[in-house]
Amino acid sequence: MPETLVQTRPAETQLTRELTYMEALREALAQAMEADERVFLIGEDVGVYGGAFGVSHGLIERFGPERVRDTPISEAAIAGACLGAALAGMRPVGEIQFMDFVTLSMEQLVLQAAKVRFMFGGKATVPFVLRMPGGAGTGAAAQHSESLENWFVHVPGLKVVMPSNPYDAKGLLLSAIEDDNPVIFVEHKLLYKVKGPVPEEMYRVPLGRSAVVREGNDLTVVATGLMVQRALEAAETLSREDGIELAIVDPRTLNPLDDEPIIASVARTGRLLVVHEAVGTGGYGGEIVARVAASEAFDYLDAPIRRLAGRDVPIPYNRELERAAIPQVEEIIAEARALAQGRV
Amino acid sequence: MTQPAHQPDAALQAALLQTLGAETAREMLETMWTIRIFEEKAKELYALGRIHGTMHLSIGQEATAVGASFALRRGYDYLLNHHRGHGHCLSWSGDVDRTMAEFMGKETGFCRGRGGSMHIADVERNNLGANGIVGGGLPIAVGVGLSIQLRGTDQVVMVIFGDGASNEGAFHESLNMASIWRLPVVYLCENNQYGMSMPVARAMNVEHISQRACAYGIPGVTVDGNDLLAVYDAVSQAASRARAGSGPTLVEAITYRWEGHSKSDRQAYRTRDEVREWQQRDPIPRFAQTLIAAGLLDEAEAAALHDRACAAVEASVAFAEASPEPAVETLMEGVYA
Repeated sequence: MPETLVQTRPAETQLTRELTYMEALREALAQAMEADERVFLIGEDVGVYGGAFGVSHGLIERFGPERVRDTPISEAAIAGACLGAALAGMRPVGEIQFMDFVTLSMEQLVLQAAKVRFMFGGKATVPFVLRMPGGAGTGAAAQHSESLENWFVHVPGLKVVMPSNPYDAKGLLLSAIEDDNPVIFVEHKLLYKVKGPVPEEMYRVPLGRSAVVREGNDLTVVATGLMVQRALEAAETLSREDGIELAIVDPRTLNPLDDEPIIASVARTGRLLVVHEAVGTGGYGGEIVARVAASEAFDYLDAPIRRLAGRDVPIPYNRELERAAIPQVEEIIAEARALAQGRV
Repeated sequence: MTQPAHQPDAALQAALLQTLGAETAREMLETMWTIRIFEEKAKELYALGRIHGTMHLSIGQEATAVGASFALRRGYDYLLNHHRGHGHCLSWSGDVDRTMAEFMGKETGFCRGRGGSMHIADVERNNLGANGIVGGGLPIAVGVGLSIQLRGTDQVVMVIFGDGASNEGAFHESLNMASIWRLPVVYLCENNQYGMSMPVARAMNVEHISQRACAYGIPGVTVDGNDLLAVYDAVSQAASRARAGSGPTLVEAITYRWEGHSKSDRQAYRTRDEVREWQQRDPIPRFAQTLIAAGLLDEAEAAALHDRACAAVEASVAFAEASPEPAVETLMEGVYA
């Protein structure tokens, strides 16, 4: 196995224990706080309420209100508090209740946190994590369903992490907390209840390492967040019904991007489909496509590269309209089938 | 809660000078001269094309920078300041060479030439940097205060910002949060009466910015920012209060910038008479006279301090000009840890 093909699943002996994505995140937070007194949680309703989605449920009882700190509704100050505390020796983990609300923190993240180290000649470290749930599919409409991860990818100095399963959620969060840079940690609301194997020990999934989550010779799918789960589902159907085998690569860290496994996979399959939930125009898929097009994999391409992304529309409230706004399993199947069968 | 125009009387002035001692008082005077001469030199070098970009001069505001900085334990306490921050940096670190080198974009500058005039920081001495975004340091101060509180030290953080910043949303979020958690933050508003061209009176409907403190349940005090001892006293009291666990204080220092906002300012929004009037209230000779009257200094010693400041600035120019430019190959350094 090439070095970049990092294992995404635990060894067989550890497969017995299953946690949800949310429980995996909570376990990472608890273990990090247990291991390092500099780690603390800060955000709206993270205490007794347990966070809007329940990620920090029970942690205030274990660690107290100083280290599981409820804030007023002040997203700029939450981000600033993380930055300031990080500059002054702590390792905060902030929570933005919905990714949409991070727009109110942008100045502190983009103009401050991302740049202070560089502006000060490399003499400051900014070790904090800002967690936030993104994504549609809950009927929460246009201001509670955004997928804004690519906004942060565009800012040098920030790292952007997006776990797609419980195992990665825990391992990436522990790595993010131990990283000396500001990390935007993008969770997905629809993944919180997804179960998967999660070892109890404090293992780390390194930042900046893509994972090949499924091997296949017919077509490479690069997917992020929830779309990894949907691509896996699509892959099972295609394998069963068409004998088409998808290779699926999950970048896991959007910035810095480890593109080698993507390029290697496309060189093998000759076909690429990129799937993400965020809107297509100016989206992350463009970056993936550009890297592949500029790589040695270009010579191996047998078909045009395809992107399947959120439509260029605010997320609607109506169930059917909402569904139509973001990629669904059947669309991934249709796109992949057409691409693999040379109909594109 | 607001006490407009807190002004030390003769007895308090004498007591403050006694607390400071002759040596520190003279150092404060010399630092004011250093800031003044440094900025005049920077302006001259800019006109000659030897410094590029832009800069925001604080000539006329030196008493606030020096009085406030010397009220804290520089290097132990924390500082966050703003784009018009040369005086704060020089007061905090006293390192004229590295400041001038940063202006010239040199590798030996505080930020290795990456920050320039607007972003000078001295992380080793807990100066967490000047900020190019109006109000940008205010939310950061909450985090620094929180770190101090969680670590249980007796440090404080002073965040200096302008009158314009008090109209930003970040001001509200920051003061509220620091207040509810009783964080050891000293909020120092340098009211130099204009946000670029916008006069304070047109930008807010309260007489004193310090009145805004009552919205957060914290003390607010207004002082004459051209009176070094008044600033020193107010910031000292705010710092003591912070150290005692009683939370933040909003100190407003009223001062005036003699120069334009930045290098592109034609100053169409104010009259020459107004500027001249404020130049009559020059904080530097004023403090020198206070020291002379108190018998802590004579005219010859005052002149010697001035000359020493001139020499330090001249030396800093030589240091900066002799310093290497950052190597282009190092461009990507420091983006990530």
